Formats: sequence, structure tokens, C-alpha cells
Amino acid sequence: MREKILRILTEEGRLADAEIAERLGLTTEEVAETIGEMEADRVVLGYRALVDWSKTEVERVFAYILVEGSPEHGAGFDRLAEHIARFDEVHSVHLTSGSADLNVVVEGRDFRDIALFVAEKLAPTSGVTGTSTSFVLKTYKLEGRLMGETPSNHRLAVSP
Amino acid sequence: MSVEQQTDRISRLARDLRPSGIREFFDLVVGMDDVISLGVGEPDFPTPWRACDAVIESLRHGATSYTSNRGMLDLRVEIADYLLARFGVDYDPEEQILVTVGASEAVDLAMRVLLDPGDEFLVTDPSYVSYAPCVEMAHARAVAVRTRLEDEFRIKAGPLADACSERTRGLLFCNPSNPTGAVMRREHLEGVAEVARDRDLLVISDEIYAELTYEGTHCCFPTLPGMYERTLLLNGFSKADAMTGWRVGYACGPADVIEAMTRIHAYTTMCVPIMGQIAAIEALRHGEDDRARMVAEYDQRRRVFVNGLNRIGLDCFVPMGAFYAFPSIRSTGLTSQQFAKSLLADQRVAVVPGDAFGEAGQGHVRCSYASSISDLREALARMEAFLARLSAGEVTIEQ
Repeated sequence: MREKILRILTEEGRLADAEIAERLGLTTEEVAETIGEMEADRVVLGYRALVDWSKTEVERVFAYILVEGSPEHGAGFDRLAEHIARFDEVHSVHLTSGSADLNVVVEGRDFRDIALFVAEKLAPTSGVTGTSTSFVLKTYKLEGRLMGETPSNHRLAVSP
Repeated sequence: MSVEQQTDRISRLARDLRPSGIREFFDLVVGMDDVISLGVGEPDFPTPWRACDAVIESLRHGATSYTSNRGMLDLRVEIADYLLARFGVDYDPEEQILVTVGASEAVDLAMRVLLDPGDEFLVTDPSYVSYAPCVEMAHARAVAVRTRLEDEFRIKAGPLADACSERTRGLLFCNPSNPTGAVMRREHLEGVAEVARDRDLLVISDEIYAELTYEGTHCCFPTLPGMYERTLLLNGFSKADAMTGWRVGYACGPADVIEAMTRIHAYTTMCVPIMGQIAAIEALRHGEDDRARMVAEYDQRRRVFVNGLNRIGLDCFVPMGAFYAFPSIRSTGLTSQQFAKSLLADQRVAVVPGDAFGEAGQGHVRCSYASSISDLREALARMEAFLARLSAGEVTIEQ
């Protein structure tokens, strides 16, 4: 039941309990209770809009920053990652495999904003040994959604 | 040239062949704006990109030729593996599988190889629009086996046996059903199998909607005791893999029937276009998650739509398969045609009159729920408004 509810929440956002219940053949109470539990357990962290900022007046840019760091005995990169994650400019932080240790997504008003954040805050952080910044120039797909026009529907109006 | 001269050169068979009731209705809808169509017998999902990508890549490598008449061996092997793993039925890809232009071509081929002039073939009523015409095009007689709302449109052994004569060669039915969405589980199919054994029928089991079975598992007809030898199993990629336009289906069954069908197919069609076959191979190899995702979505829509129909006063049994609901419209006092045409004119919602699928469909309309939930809710709101206006005498009844 959790998996089915999560599928709807992640695809369509916070629909009404009654709507989810009808779709899944559950009672409204069951849905409310399950979602309540998942929120309390921090399985569900929140509900957000997916926005194509390039279509708005709002200046907003993102960059992927590969961070190399020195691991700590017994804690690995946890303390470093949690430290970096506390900055408001940081959108997400992942421990990753590959050449770098952490993949940090940073957002800012413009490229300069982000570059200064990296130079003044991120790179000098104790435990960070190197950074490599890639600015996002254009987004084609975001969180499972295509950014362009939705493909047109070619179906006939009536078919066998 | 006069109309008379023109009709003279058309064969009696072709002259007598009526266009499908669905096509007639299609002509009414064309050109109307703002129509929400529940008349569509195909998925609203595009073909999963993996399959499209496989075809684009194959074109780059020059895969544009004919294939074996039976279909690419790679595809037949994948079909055999899939049917065995998914439904527990085992076919030899070399001799028992023919890839066809949709399951539709397989119905036509089957009738041509099974029927002699004057023979009879049983077809459920209501049923998919091409079944009876395919029997008639083979110069045989389609005999209706009526199914009833009280039985949720499942075939019952009694009426099935009653419809048999000495000329009856077999039975053609679709499970899960287009147009009703009804599902026959193993216990329902056993009665059909018994009659098939007693009357020596060849059964054509069209299981194109097998993957779209909700709340339980699909029972593949040839897995019933004694049925493997007398079943022609039809399936394809149009519905579960959202590949209607690619036109790929298949028939599996006794080697003699498949061989005879292949001979005709080789003359009339040569082979299914290679692009569709390549897409189908990809769908079988990697399409499981895509199928599951789409089925889960249809299942949600099914609940929302069927609940909605019952709430607004159109009684509808809960369909357990395909993506159709088949509500009764008897409470309105209208015929299926009047209901569908008036609803279209008054509220711009297209549904298909139930009698387009046979006399037993009278008093019903077929609604496809292969549309977004927001469209389904809007359609329900319009239908509710239609029913209110109808009982207030404000609707012009279209004939």
C-alpha cells in the first residue's frame, strides 16, 4: 500500500486523501493514516512544485559541483557532507561513486553568485580537497518530466 | 459512371458487408471541437521510448528488409519465452507461432483456413466489431452466442451448447473482453472448455488484453485440460505495450493451423513490417516495467471512472480487464444510438453505442477509460449534466 501511495505522491504531488483512496480502492482513513505515518517517519520529506525557471522572470541558476574530500576515520564523508548541506545555497548533496566523493547541487541568482559561493565557502571548508564546477546551461528533463512541449496525441476520436 | 454501374462491379460479399458501427460514429465526431472522447480503443500512452529507440537505431543500421513470412525468429523465440513465463503455455517458435499485422489479421487468416462455405462459427454477442465480418468474409455464417449483463457478459455453457449445430467449427471470443471489460477466470472458462470438448470446437481465444487484468491473474485458455490441441491463441503488442500503430500481433496454436495461416499470410502480406517486429522484440525483452506502470495507471482510472458512472446513476458492473466500462443506459429510456448521439451533441462526450458490438450490447454504451483522470472526471461531469438535462426534458434526442 505504501508503495502505491508513494507512486502517486511522487508523480502527482499531494492529492486529497479521498482521491488517492478512490484510485487505489482503499478507505480515506487508511490513506490518511499511511501518509501521516510516512510524514512522521520522514519517509515523505515534503511536497514541491516542479518549475521550469527559464520560463519565469526569476533569475535562478544551478551548478553541479563535484567535491573531493578527505574522509574521517569511522565516519567517512558524513560530517563533511552534513556540514556542506547546511548552506542555504546548497540544493542537494549526494555521496557518489566515481572520481569525486560528493556531488553537490548549488543554486544561485547567477553564475557569479555560485562561483563566489564555491570560492568563499565550499572550497575552503575544512576537509574539502578539490572542487569541479559544472553550470547548468539548459535543462531537458527534470525529475522525470520533459521540459519541452508535451507530445501531441495522434489518436483518432473513435477507434475499435 | 452511374452509381449502379459502380456497385455492379463490387462483389455481393463486399456489397453486403456493413461498415462497423464504430466507423459510423467516428464520422459524427470528426470536426467537432472540445470533444472528450471515451470512444478510443487504444492506450493514451505513447509507445515506451526504449522500443522507439531500438527501431531508430535499427534504421541507422539498415534494417529495412523483408523478414521471414512467419516473423523474425528472434521475435518468435521471445514470444514463446514470454508466453511460457507469463502464462505457462509452451509453443515451438519454429512451427507454432505466426507474427501477424495485429491480432486483427490473425482473426481473418484463421477464418480463411478453418471455414468452408456454409460452415458456422460462434461469436460472442457483444464482441469486437471485426469478428462476425471475418467469418462472413470466409463465406461462412457467424452465429451469435448471447451473453448477459446478469452474468457480467461471460459466456455460459448452456447458451454456448445451444448455439452449436452440425456445421459449427469453433468459437471466437475475447478475454478480457472488448467491449465489456468482462474477465473470465479459470472457473468460468471450464464451462467453455467442456462444450468445446463435447462439440469438437476449435477455440480462438483473443487474449490481446491479457496483461490488462486487474485484481487477480489472467487464465490463458490453452492451459485448460485438453484445450491446448484445440486452441488458437491470439495476442499482440497494441494494448499492453501501447503499440497500436506498429501493427504487430501473433497467433499461436497447432502447427497445421499455423502452417495454413502462414501460407495465406505469405501471399497477402509477406511479413509484418520489420520496424514493428524490432519494436516488439524490445518490448518483450525490456518492457515489463513499462507494462506494469501502465496497468497500474489504468487500474486507478478504472476505479475512478466506474465509481463515477455508478454515482451519476449509470449502472455499471466492475470490469476486471481491458480498459473499457460498459454501463447500462436503460434507466434513460433511450436506445444506445440515441444515448450516444444525444450525449455527443449535447455535451460533446463521445462514447460508442453498445449495439455496434452486437444486439446484446443494446442498452449499453462502451466507454474507454484510457484517458487521463482529469479528462475522465470532466467526462463524468458532462455525463451527469446530460442526465439531469435529459430528465428535465431539455435534451434534443438525436436518432
